[in-house]
Order: sequence, then structure tokens, then C-alpha cells
Amino acid sequence: MNDFYEFLTGPALWAAFIIFIGGLVIRLVYLYSLSKERDRVLHNHASLKWSLRSIFHWLVPLGSVGWRSQPVFATAFFVFHVCLLGVPVFLLAHNTLWQEAFGVALPSLPDSVAEVGTVVLLVSALVLLARRIVRPEVRILSTAWDYTLLMLTCAPFVTGFLAYHQLGPYKLMMILHVLLAEILLVVIPFSKLGHIVLFFFSRISIGIEMGRRGARTW
Amino acid sequence: MSEALPKPINTKAIKELLDINDGARIRTWLSICARCGLCAESCFFYLAKGKDPKLSPAYKVKATLNELYRRKGEVDRDFLQKCYNIIWGECTTCRRCSLFCPFGIDISVMIATVRGICNSQGIVPEGLAKTSENYRTTGNQMGMSTEDFIDTCQWMAEETAEEIRGLEIPIDKPGARLMYTVNAREPMYYPQDIAMAAKIFTVAEEDWTMPSTGWDDTNLAMFAGDRALGGQIVKNMYSKAMELGVQAIAITECGHAYRSAMFEGPYMLGIRSGKPPVPVIHSVRLFYEYLRDGRIKIDPDKMLEEPVTYQDPCNVSRNGGLWAEPREIMKYIAKDFRDMAPNGIYNHCCGGGGGFIPMGPEFKKRRMESGRIKAEQIRATGAKVVIAPCHNCFDQIRDLGKEYDLGIKVVSFKEIISEAMIIPEKFMPVETDDQESEE
Repeated sequence: MNDFYEFLTGPALWAAFIIFIGGLVIRLVYLYSLSKERDRVLHNHASLKWSLRSIFHWLVPLGSVGWRSQPVFATAFFVFHVCLLGVPVFLLAHNTLWQEAFGVALPSLPDSVAEVGTVVLLVSALVLLARRIVRPEVRILSTAWDYTLLMLTCAPFVTGFLAYHQLGPYKLMMILHVLLAEILLVVIPFSKLGHIVLFFFSRISIGIEMGRRGARTW
Repeated sequence: MSEALPKPINTKAIKELLDINDGARIRTWLSICARCGLCAESCFFYLAKGKDPKLSPAYKVKATLNELYRRKGEVDRDFLQKCYNIIWGECTTCRRCSLFCPFGIDISVMIATVRGICNSQGIVPEGLAKTSENYRTTGNQMGMSTEDFIDTCQWMAEETAEEIRGLEIPIDKPGARLMYTVNAREPMYYPQDIAMAAKIFTVAEEDWTMPSTGWDDTNLAMFAGDRALGGQIVKNMYSKAMELGVQAIAITECGHAYRSAMFEGPYMLGIRSGKPPVPVIHSVRLFYEYLRDGRIKIDPDKMLEEPVTYQDPCNVSRNGGLWAEPREIMKYIAKDFRDMAPNGIYNHCCGGGGGFIPMGPEFKKRRMESGRIKAEQIRATGAKVVIAPCHNCFDQIRDLGKEYDLGIKVVSFKEIISEAMIIPEKFMPVETDDQESEE
């Protein structure tokens, strides 16, 4: 078990990060080159102003008519994403590992804050899950893969939380935590979770398309 | 639907179309849609028909283009028939959903892509297929001959010259500032629309002409999914404008004509820069400039007294960027202007767009059902007059007025402006001796 853990936090972690970052970069570069011939509109009418506005208004809570039209969903959605990015990146335990491996690390959150963040993330995920099941217009679109991805996204948080509190078998929890996180990282570039970067591409696209008409997209 | 004997589906042609359209945007949109369903509430079909989840924009793409790519084009006629129902019967490509999607996914582009695929297999609403035939043979959707068109213009010029001295409808005048193009319905059924425009141009002392070819600025091929023909249609117009050496092409009060000439046309025609070769101006913008610059003055006594509302045509406001100008015009012509809610770029489609009106009786029932949202919007304003600078909105709202008993009159800007404008002395008709002796 120790060997497996060593493997997971060693070569497997490297592989996961390389696939995660490399996959996203390759996907972006590929799409950009494809767009040069097939999506002329993006190049013909490229506009930094409309692109940035199109992104900005949807990154700000309730910054667009779309968000304002569904405030409960929008709130759950924002909280979910802030915790999803904030907790793992600024977690003390993670930063300690960075420090040990490379001698540099990001500033860390107090554990108590990270803990609240984890719980808030899981609660907001439940709201999103409930919405997916309860609202007919969302349920009809949802596939097993959508549910799987939501659970996979939450899984490292659940296992991390349990491991931190030493609930259940610690070693197994840690293995599951690292393994599930690595699976998540690897899946991101090849799934709808690619929106981690493609959100920007997509928002720029509509920003340009509507911007050339002088119309807002928020 | 065309009654022709069903031909086998050419999956090779479908695959080619899928491949051509498999660009960075469609690829991204299809793969990142988070299935959040936020688009549903933005769609008037969804809202009007009891929030049927199958009418959410994301579902319409999921059931059509997504499936086509998933099956790699290996589909049968039944599947395409199902698509037909969705892409023409449940979407007007108004693009409102794109404003409500967190990713800004452009559903209308994807629906248009499926229209192209169905069209390639001859699966297209009969009303639209008929206009395509007319465009091919005569260059206009109504199949009107050049002689008839010119005769109609001359007839209108003669009639209107009795009201406005010196009024002419120049045809093919080289070097004019504006080349005024119309919707083929105007010479065919509403020739007075041409007369109204002529009055306004004359009083504004505009240097204008109408072309003898390329005068129909509509582009129903764009809605039928026939990009090649759609390109040919704008080419007729662009090349005539270049031949005459005009400074701009003016578009009548028609929404999709503007979307076609200004934004989609260059792409259908394959102009690499994506820009029309000649500047294009919509009537709404033009009339606003005349009023702003004092070239047209409105008689305050002739301003509209009764409550007036404005129908934002999707292809003028959201897809054309002209939502401020009409509201400026309202300040000159209406005493009691009441905006609908929502309005401007967030307006709801009237239900007659995207080819719905020319799609004919087969789609009339749905058109009336989905138009309920617009009917309620209009009723809530209490307006008695609806100004709609778009022929499709005009027809749809007139039909809705009857269906929902709204007690409204639908008019165009040119009708109101041409009636309410002050005719300067020099354009006053010269009274003949006969008339003087009668007095």
C-alpha cells in the first residue's frame, strides 16, 4: 500500500499534471488553428474590448442578465466554483508538499477556512445536483456522464475531508484522495470540464459575434 | 414538406456538411455545454408552450446536431424529419438564448447548420422551397419579373407625384448616394410602401435610386439552409451596387434582409474579410439620421396621440445592433411611447422570424401558439399602435392581434413618418386651374 501511495504521489502525479496541462494546451492550440479557416468570423471581427466585456460580465456574480434571471442557481454556481479552485490551490497541506518538492509555494489558507470551504463546496454541489434532478429542463439534458463528472469533481474533496479528520482508514482515504484527484485532472481536458479554459474561448466567440453587431452578450 | 418521392438519404453529403462545419466554435460548443438548462427560460417557444423541456434550446441541439455528429451522419429520413420539426418548427434562430448562456453558446448557428443538412436532402418547408425556386429563376422570392417591378415603381411614382411635387423613383441611377432595396412583398402586395419611402427620400432631398436587379433584399435561402443560394442572392445586390457606384445599400424595414446583407451575406458568399463590399444601412438608422439632422421635420399636430409600442425585430435589434435609433425616432413621432418588457437586445422574437411567415399554413398554428408571449407583452403595454420595422414581425403581429384580440394596428415607420412629416413649400403640389376653379 505504501508503494502504491509512493507511486501515486510520484510518477502518477507528474503524469496527471502533464496530461492535464498538456491536454488543455493541445486542445486550445488545435482549436485555434482550426478556427483560422473555419471560424473566420473570430479573426475578421476580433475585438479585445468585446471579448473582455463578454468574459467579465459572466465572471462577476450577478453580472449578467442570465445570472440575475436565476439568482439561486447563480449563487450556488459561484460558491461552487470559488471553493473548487480556492481550497485545493491554497490548502496548507498541498502547499507544504510544493514547498518540500520545489522550495516554493503559494500562500495558504488556515485549515479552518479550507474546511468551511470544503463543506460549502459539497453543499453547493448538492444544490446543483438537486437542481439537475428536480428541474425538468435540466433533467432532460443530463446524461449519466454529467452526474458522474459532478461526483468525480466532489470526490477528492470528500476523501480529503475524511482523511484530514482521520475518519475511516486513513491510508486508504489518502490513496483514494490522490487517485481520484488525478483521475479528475486527467479527465478535464477530454470532457466538458475543459471549460476551465474553453469558457474563455467560447465567451470570446460570442463576444465577437455580437460585438460586431454592437450588441451586448450579458 | 415537399411531396416528391422520397429519395434515399445521401449520408455522404451529410458527412461532408458535418465536416465543413466542424470548426472550432461548433466543436467547443458541443463539447462544453454543461447541460445547465439556463437557456430554457430565454426561449419563447419554451415559455409559450407550458415549459416543455423539449423546447429548451440546448435540447433542440442535443436532439439534432449532437446526434448527427454522434452518429457520424449515418441517419435516416425519419431522423431528419424529426430534425425538420425542431429546426423549423421550434426555433426562429433569434439568438436570444446566446445572451443567457454562461458560455455564450450560439444555438442559432448550430440550428442553421442542421437546416443546411436537411436542405441538402430536400427536406425543407414547402413555402421556403418555393421561394428558393423563385430566387433562382428571377432573383426575387416572389418570382416577379423585372418589367413588373419597374412598372410598379413607375406607377407609384406617378401616383405619388400628385402629392409631392417633383417626386421620382429613379431606377439604376449611376452614382446615387443610396441604392434602396426592398422586400419583394412591397412591389407585389404593398406598393404603397415604395411610395412612402419615395416621399421620405424626396422630402429629405436624398440622392437615391432603386436598382432594376438585386432589388429584393430578402434572403429566405439563408433560413432554408441553402448557403450557396443565399450567397448568390446577396451577390446580386452587392454587384448591382458596385456597378452603379452607390455609396451605400439602404435596406427597407425588414429585419432578416439587414442580417443577410450586413452580417451573414458576406460569409454565405465566401467574402474572406466577412464584410459587405458596399456599406449597408437599415431604414431605421436612415430615418433616425433624417430626423436628427432636420432633413425631415414632423408636424407636431400629426404626432401619434394613442399609446404606441415598438416591436424590436430580432434581426434589427439583437442581431443588427439598432435598438437605440428606433427609440429616438419615437421621440419625434409618438406622444405616448410605451416600451415592452423585455425589449431592445433582450426582446422576444414575435414568432414570425427565421422563415416562419413564408413557411406558410403548415406552421400557422404553432406560430400563433408561440406568439402568445409577444401578444401578452403587447397587451401589457396597453398600446393601440405597434410599430414594427420588419415585414415578418408585421405579419405575425397583425395575425396575433386577431388571434388574441389585442385591438392594435401594426404599422411601419415609413407609414407614420411619411404621413406626419412637414412637406416644405417647394414640394407642395402645384394646383392646377381645374382645382382652382372648383374651389
